[in-house]
Amino acid sequence: MNPFEYIRAERPETAIDAVFNSQNAKFLAGGTNLIDLMKDGVEQPGRLIDINRLPLKAIEPMPDGGLRLGALARNTDTANHPLVRSDYPLLSRAILSGASPQLRNLATNGGNLLQRTRCFYFMDTGFPQCNKRKPGSGCGAIGGVNRIHAIFGASDQCIATHPSDMCVALAALDATIRVRGPKGDRAIPIGEFHRLPGNTPQIDTNLQPDELILSIDLPKSNFAQHSHYLKVRDRASYEFALVSVAAALEMDGDSIRNARFAMGGVAHKPWRSPEGERELAGQQATLAAFERAATRSVEGARTYRDNAFKVEMAKRSVVRALSLAAGGVA
Amino acid sequence: MSTLGSPLTRVDGPLKVTGKAEYAAEFKVPNVAHAVIVESTVPKGRITTIDTRRAENQPGVLAVLTPDNAPKLPGAEKRVSVLQDREIYYNRQPIAVVVAENLHTAYYAASLVDVRYDTSAPKLDFMAGFPTSYPGSHNNEPGDLSWGDTNAGLSQAQTKLDRIYTTPIEHHNPMEPHATLAQWDGDRLTLHDATQNVFGVKRYLAKMFGIPDDNVRVMSFFIGGAFGCKGQIWSHVILAAMAARQVKRPVKLVLERPQMFGPVGARPRTYQQITLGAMRDGKLTAIRHDVHAHTSVIEDYLESSAFPTRVMYNCPNVTTVHRLVPLNLGTPTYMRAPGVATGTYALEVAMDELAYELKIDPLELRLINYTDVDPHTKKPFTEKSLRQCYERAADRFGWSKRNPEPRSMRNGAQLVGWGMATETYPGTRNVASALVRFLPNGRVLVASGTEDIGTGMYTIMTQVTADALQISPSLIDAKIGDTTLPQAPLAAGSMSTASVMPAVQRAAFAARNRLISLAVEDPDSPMHGLTTAQVEFKDGKLAHKSNAGRSETFAALIARHGNQPVEGTAHAELPKDLDEYSRHSFGAIFAEVNVDPQLGMVRVRRIVAVYDVGKVLNAKTARSQFIGGIVWGISLALQEDTYVDEHTGRIANANLADYHVPVNADIGEIDVSAIDIPDPKLDPLGARGIGEIGITGTGAAVANAIFHATGKRVRDLPITPDKLLV
Repeated sequence: MNPFEYIRAERPETAIDAVFNSQNAKFLAGGTNLIDLMKDGVEQPGRLIDINRLPLKAIEPMPDGGLRLGALARNTDTANHPLVRSDYPLLSRAILSGASPQLRNLATNGGNLLQRTRCFYFMDTGFPQCNKRKPGSGCGAIGGVNRIHAIFGASDQCIATHPSDMCVALAALDATIRVRGPKGDRAIPIGEFHRLPGNTPQIDTNLQPDELILSIDLPKSNFAQHSHYLKVRDRASYEFALVSVAAALEMDGDSIRNARFAMGGVAHKPWRSPEGERELAGQQATLAAFERAATRSVEGARTYRDNAFKVEMAKRSVVRALSLAAGGVA
Repeated sequence: MSTLGSPLTRVDGPLKVTGKAEYAAEFKVPNVAHAVIVESTVPKGRITTIDTRRAENQPGVLAVLTPDNAPKLPGAEKRVSVLQDREIYYNRQPIAVVVAENLHTAYYAASLVDVRYDTSAPKLDFMAGFPTSYPGSHNNEPGDLSWGDTNAGLSQAQTKLDRIYTTPIEHHNPMEPHATLAQWDGDRLTLHDATQNVFGVKRYLAKMFGIPDDNVRVMSFFIGGAFGCKGQIWSHVILAAMAARQVKRPVKLVLERPQMFGPVGARPRTYQQITLGAMRDGKLTAIRHDVHAHTSVIEDYLESSAFPTRVMYNCPNVTTVHRLVPLNLGTPTYMRAPGVATGTYALEVAMDELAYELKIDPLELRLINYTDVDPHTKKPFTEKSLRQCYERAADRFGWSKRNPEPRSMRNGAQLVGWGMATETYPGTRNVASALVRFLPNGRVLVASGTEDIGTGMYTIMTQVTADALQISPSLIDAKIGDTTLPQAPLAAGSMSTASVMPAVQRAAFAARNRLISLAVEDPDSPMHGLTTAQVEFKDGKLAHKSNAGRSETFAALIARHGNQPVEGTAHAELPKDLDEYSRHSFGAIFAEVNVDPQLGMVRVRRIVAVYDVGKVLNAKTARSQFIGGIVWGISLALQEDTYVDEHTGRIANANLADYHVPVNADIGEIDVSAIDIPDPKLDPLGARGIGEIGITGTGAAVANAIFHATGKRVRDLPITPDKLLV
């Protein structure tokens, strides 16, 4: 680990100032990802600004019926919060299917949004190629070991995936990320928060380096009765998704008024399929309808040597998650 | 009061759970410096420059050893990378050592060492290496062995089956990484090392540094798992000693988890072709088992996957062939049930496939081909009760209720599969020594230079001594893992129990006899004047056999003799007629899996296994060994897979998040038991080792259950969800 400066911020403004006024500074929250990457030399910040004392831990209802999740609320506390469990069980299940209890106890909601890819070539500085870690060096994964890599939205610069479970549920729930920077506050829809790799895979999100995440705002949800988070993985726990699906349905009897689903483990960001969702609107909740939506949702997938299975796995996972969300059609 | 076989709780348990058990890296040594290894990032080539200036300029850095400045070692050889030249043979090869006042400085300085290479094309394509592969041997047993006429046996067969099975590279990953603490005093070297082979380390280090054997002392009191990777002597042990001599201070060197993926061994990748010939009634007419396994370009290690095929079934025509494929990877090594874990997977899946071809129940097919003698040598087994294992395990599992039709059994929406396999592992014994000492404080010491790699060695040494001396185990202290103790073989190959326990037992008898002799000759002893045969020793007391009132404690006797401990030592040789027998353990394992029919996720719901391992010395530690082996067998079947980047030869998933081993949630019910029939022909206690047999057969039982559940035969481990989708 490289030597670095450590300071502790007591207020959001001082934290933002501290980042704004230094080269190569990073906020430190739970540290479950950043510290590991620092130990491995992948991240080498010159300055860490510890934000754990900022008053951003609250989880509270908003006047419009939504729910505000503080950026520094721990994943465990978020998943187990009574309002999250009752109104957003999809989010609760997604968080609890990620990492391990020990990690979730430390990891924060803001940090979860910002966790970096698990691509082997990114995680190990002993690999010469990674455009995300060392822009311009090439992509080791494209011609290498790529079983866990993206099938949607990748570029010839980077085929990494976003590893979060929480964010997949946030995508299906249309969350908004509220951030504060030197120029003030702004709100970023979850769909615009994470980026596709394109020609700048080193930039994971549209959050500016001097912006601080304040909260994740969830809109009022009508999905609590009909949602499911499905995670397909190589072992039962402490394991990233090969493919995951967050499915949320608003039902009117047996017919679907509104459907949302997002896939994890398949792209550089949680992957929504508007085409797939449109297939479902106004339809009866049948296996056939789910299969149509699933087929649409994997159109345009592009695979590599080791991950061709993900297309079929994603399709079947969408069907399963929607069926379970609807109440067990399949 | 025999304690043999009883489920005595691990005697070192309290030390371990209270943190008082000191592991190699935990010894507090004054003035210790910390060493970190710098590894290559290319698989083949030559270092052109290695710039250490930035590293050396870090405050707190004591030395940076590289091929440019490392001392020449008299015993250096190619198999270890100890900075004697600039050649690179594999990615993650040690190429420099940074020594610093503290660990974080050493790590940071290591990251500043700038290495340039002249690279050349590595050999990393396993199958491309088949045409130039070559024969090898395993523990001096030949890789190629045949009997009968296999071609004739195949021609005469009414059914033939020819299949290819593959297993991936696996890494041991004990919880405790490799660690060495080295201290020099003149030309005397003391090591605390995470090793399952203290005497091997001692001899190797003495040779390496050109000093007498007895100048080296190696200690390994507690080991956080080893599984074979701590049996060989790897580069870091030598580098720690080299660094300590260079900075003239004690040096501690601990490998980081990613450094466990390369320079300290792995289970080799295998490609196994099995050809079976059988008559319609199930009788085998021929078995051919061809194995290709990888090794490194610096040392041969043979994964002996066809060895179990030489002992398992009654078959008149058998050919077993092994070929080594050298690659630019770290040298592979022994890993729990080396050869047998991978070989029983292939053989026992092939037998399952044959059972389906012949429409014979898989268990019945094994019984049809049951052998009461070694099928190759025709020698009798020292003891074999496999038939009872099959019967009991099948009964406990409920095998008779199985519908053999694939996809015929369900649990809700989940497919249910039942599969079985035979397990086996050699019953090995080697020479060993031990001592037992009566101490003035009324306690008894038992000691031998063996190791406890979590197996329960401390505990069974205590039990055997307690049994031999008829005293409470609570009065006994066991000492192991030190080259100043009587010599024992390395703790490997499931041989420690059968090797060390006879020495312990004889040492205990010798010590007791000496105590009795002392008493009968002592005018102040109540035993004075009796013959030794008239004295018995029980519960810590010497007593007249026909007058229990005439007695004294051994502590009282010792007190009268200047508080001089009374000791017995023993060296246990192998029984003279041992070669007249074939020595093997066996077992039967049955597995139930649930498989998600759409998503391919497999859960092992239930395992029943019954073992024939001779006398079980401790029911509790034995159970742990069996279960541990089975869990690892499930891991072999479903999870473990080392991903090698084909361009750089670097292991992509070199960490415990991406290299998968089971978590608790992956493991269902496990029901294990042993037949517990003693094998006195192997050793007087009748016990065979049990450390490895649990992993054998398990991979096949799970794979066979998955076929039964799904109708899909995956012959390429691990069976991950993606392979069941297609």
